[in-house]
Amino acid sequence: MSTGNAEIINVTIKVWRQNGPSDDGHFETYDQAITTDASFLEMLDLLNDSLNEQGLEPIAFESDCREGICGTCGVMINGRAHGPQKATATCQLHMREFQDGDEIVVEPFRAAGFPVIRDLAVDRSPLDRIIEAGGYISVNTGAASDANLTPVPKDAADQAFDAAACIGCGACVAACPNSAAQLFTSAKIGHLALLPQGQAERWSRTEEMVEVMEEFFGSCTNHGECHEACPKEISLDFIAFMNRDYVKAKIKNRALSGQA
Amino acid sequence: MSENILDSKVPEGSIADKWENHKFSMNLVNPNNKRKFEIIVVGTGLAGASAAASLGELGYRVKAFTFHDTPRRAHSIAAQGGINGAKNYTNDGDSVHRLFYDTVKGGDFRSREANVHRLAEVSTNIIDQATAQGVPFARDYGGLLDNRSFGGAQVSRTFYARGQTGQQLLIGAYSALMRQVAAGSVELHTRSELLDVVTKDGQACGIVVRDLLSGEVTPHSAHAVVLATGGYGNVYFLSTNAMMCNVTAAWRAHRKGAFFANPCYTQIHPTCIPASDDFQSKLTLMSESLRNDGRIWVPNIEGESRSAADIPETERDYYLERKYPAFGNLVPRDVASRNAKTVVDEGRGVGPLANGVYLDFSAAIERDGLETISAKYGNLFDMYQRITGENPYQTPMRIYPAIHYTMGGLWVDYHLMTTVPGLYSIGEANFSDHGANRLGASALMQGLADGYFVLPYTIGDGLAGRLGESAVPTSDPVFTQAVASVEADTQRWLSTNGTKSVDYYHRELGRIVWDNIGMERNKEGLERAISDIPALREDFLKNVRVPGSADTLNQSLEKAGRVDDFFELAELMARDALTREESCGGHFREEYQTPEGEAQRNDENFAHVAAWEWNGAGNTQTRHREELTFENVALSQRSYK
Repeated sequence: MSTGNAEIINVTIKVWRQNGPSDDGHFETYDQAITTDASFLEMLDLLNDSLNEQGLEPIAFESDCREGICGTCGVMINGRAHGPQKATATCQLHMREFQDGDEIVVEPFRAAGFPVIRDLAVDRSPLDRIIEAGGYISVNTGAASDANLTPVPKDAADQAFDAAACIGCGACVAACPNSAAQLFTSAKIGHLALLPQGQAERWSRTEEMVEVMEEFFGSCTNHGECHEACPKEISLDFIAFMNRDYVKAKIKNRALSGQA
Repeated sequence: MSENILDSKVPEGSIADKWENHKFSMNLVNPNNKRKFEIIVVGTGLAGASAAASLGELGYRVKAFTFHDTPRRAHSIAAQGGINGAKNYTNDGDSVHRLFYDTVKGGDFRSREANVHRLAEVSTNIIDQATAQGVPFARDYGGLLDNRSFGGAQVSRTFYARGQTGQQLLIGAYSALMRQVAAGSVELHTRSELLDVVTKDGQACGIVVRDLLSGEVTPHSAHAVVLATGGYGNVYFLSTNAMMCNVTAAWRAHRKGAFFANPCYTQIHPTCIPASDDFQSKLTLMSESLRNDGRIWVPNIEGESRSAADIPETERDYYLERKYPAFGNLVPRDVASRNAKTVVDEGRGVGPLANGVYLDFSAAIERDGLETISAKYGNLFDMYQRITGENPYQTPMRIYPAIHYTMGGLWVDYHLMTTVPGLYSIGEANFSDHGANRLGASALMQGLADGYFVLPYTIGDGLAGRLGESAVPTSDPVFTQAVASVEADTQRWLSTNGTKSVDYYHRELGRIVWDNIGMERNKEGLERAISDIPALREDFLKNVRVPGSADTLNQSLEKAGRVDDFFELAELMARDALTREESCGGHFREEYQTPEGEAQRNDENFAHVAAWEWNGAGNTQTRHREELTFENVALSQRSYK
């Protein structure tokens, strides 16, 4: 029985408070008792309830689906993006991962490309700029042919899915010592480049997305921290795939290959 | 009761010809004139993103609004199981007519036949469109698309992308939208929450939004406004909806004259993880597709203390298989949910709080092997384990029904236009296609049908006659007054300075709604809700405390307005449920059931849509009717035996 081992633990939360983008920000410390069956964000909800009762402003943090799929949540927990549990977004982390008496340091995702909005909330809109640069297949509504006209080898479809599983949370950027967005960008490039439907724009897409990425984010130096932090365990292979395609895109005579 | 009859504007002709004929008879806006029209789309989930992208492709000037930081966050993303499409790739006898039939029957004969048929017709185009966008649907070894079956159907017509179909379809629609943003045909406003719909001379002419970061309140005008703002399940506080889902956009439109239809039709999803604590923030759904391979059971006796593994086969009650041999564990959601409530109420619930039933995969694992089951449901099993700390490969899952979807919503005609000219509503925000109960894998289908293939046609018909008309300027008094009123509301919340949090009131409201307008309703409970809800609201308005200021990210302030709208909605839900003296689909009145405990419809008096008209704050709303006629699917008592 799941709750058979639930217990109440006391934790100390050292959390980043920052009033706005131009405020300096500082840590504040709070104590919170919590059952181990609660999620990490429910623990913050309770803490906010008590701050509210004391007439203090609650801690701003973002979350929405709380099922690990929308990508809205994400904070640094003890220095790790999304906290200690592998393949788990912040909203899916439960207090059973912590011990009685733990001090838990909670900070916003730190990256030059993600300015802090308030407390734990950051601006991740540069990720949308990367998608805008070419993260799509150009097919107008109504222009599609029958879905089974083009068979897609199962392995290709499965691999494309592995890349498409990205939830756009930005943990890869936050975990990277260089604040690079290679894992995010390569996941989208890999998803589309592995499918026959994505071939027509393969080279232009790769080139344009990579170049917009570089406007906002740092460079990849193969630390692999992004993969460690990724709640969907997106493989580093996609970065290699993207790098290879980027070089090819640069040297391809696209007019002759018939591909944009 | 004197009730006006609403005109649904369903076209003439046989059911299979209506949409085709209608497309031909509608007025068109020629390609060069489309750029002269501005359209506002609010919400960027499946319906909103697909509509904004498609309208942008057509050449309209579109402004899309979302309160998220990016369109890809919308709650459509959380749909797991799949999307229906009448492709008949499995050669098992599916057709447009069968999908139409199943949907009307599944909706317990409370939906509009013409809309449902159109939905079934365009369902096949959606699969084509999504595949072309790169949605990685599951495939078989020949590289062709795979299908599975879902509750309420006896064919396999559900397309899926592992357990993340909603995510993949939303990424498809989102990427189509971002392509139009890059092309300049769609202007995207993120972190912008609609706080009012603006009308002039009875016609929708724009909206007022608050920037959630700066607090700035701005007016936006257009020739037409489309609301794609989702459902209102969070009125229950605990639901499977995302934390920010709310009724505010639809409700403020309602207050501006858009009728609200069938608010009492709410859907309980049978397979959610039971609550474990009082302060639980939300419930998590486990895809209905699990019912394909999982067997649902409870112990034969009350107060069973043994763990699942220690209860022998003969002492288990596989109650769905026992009561419904034809459909078994795949009965529709409302039937599965009510049966779970029955056995839990009998004291046969399982888990530490005795508030669940088992969903057991041991037979499937034995039959198909661990690997097959893991390939099908691996991510769901992992999610379950993360939340509960239990391993469902070894011990059965525990599940219980939770609020998941709302069939009611803004009333729309066949064009998807509300009772306010120029104001449209699509996706879960409208009431249109699911009747009193939605079938699994049909929400994604309806959202995308509306956005890709219906609204882009019908909105043109409404705009064609208005060529040369410019949008109402935002300097017009209708806009300045709306902005001033939104700003005044904000100040009122911040200066109330009571003692209790917004969440406290939301939780209390949710309790009233769940207890009285939940899975089963009765006259006494509904009357109690009608008196308790306004009393709690009065307390809320006097004693809520909204800390912080208006000119920064202020999540308490955002919630205050949303919860306030839930109060008014909840009261209307109770009134609607009280007036509908029958049981149908998700609306189960204890007084109206068959001797076997099934929903007892009253077709003579209630084969209609109830659409409510706002009469000003504090006044009872007026109930209007849209008569429903069933010419193609014979009215019958649903039976899944």
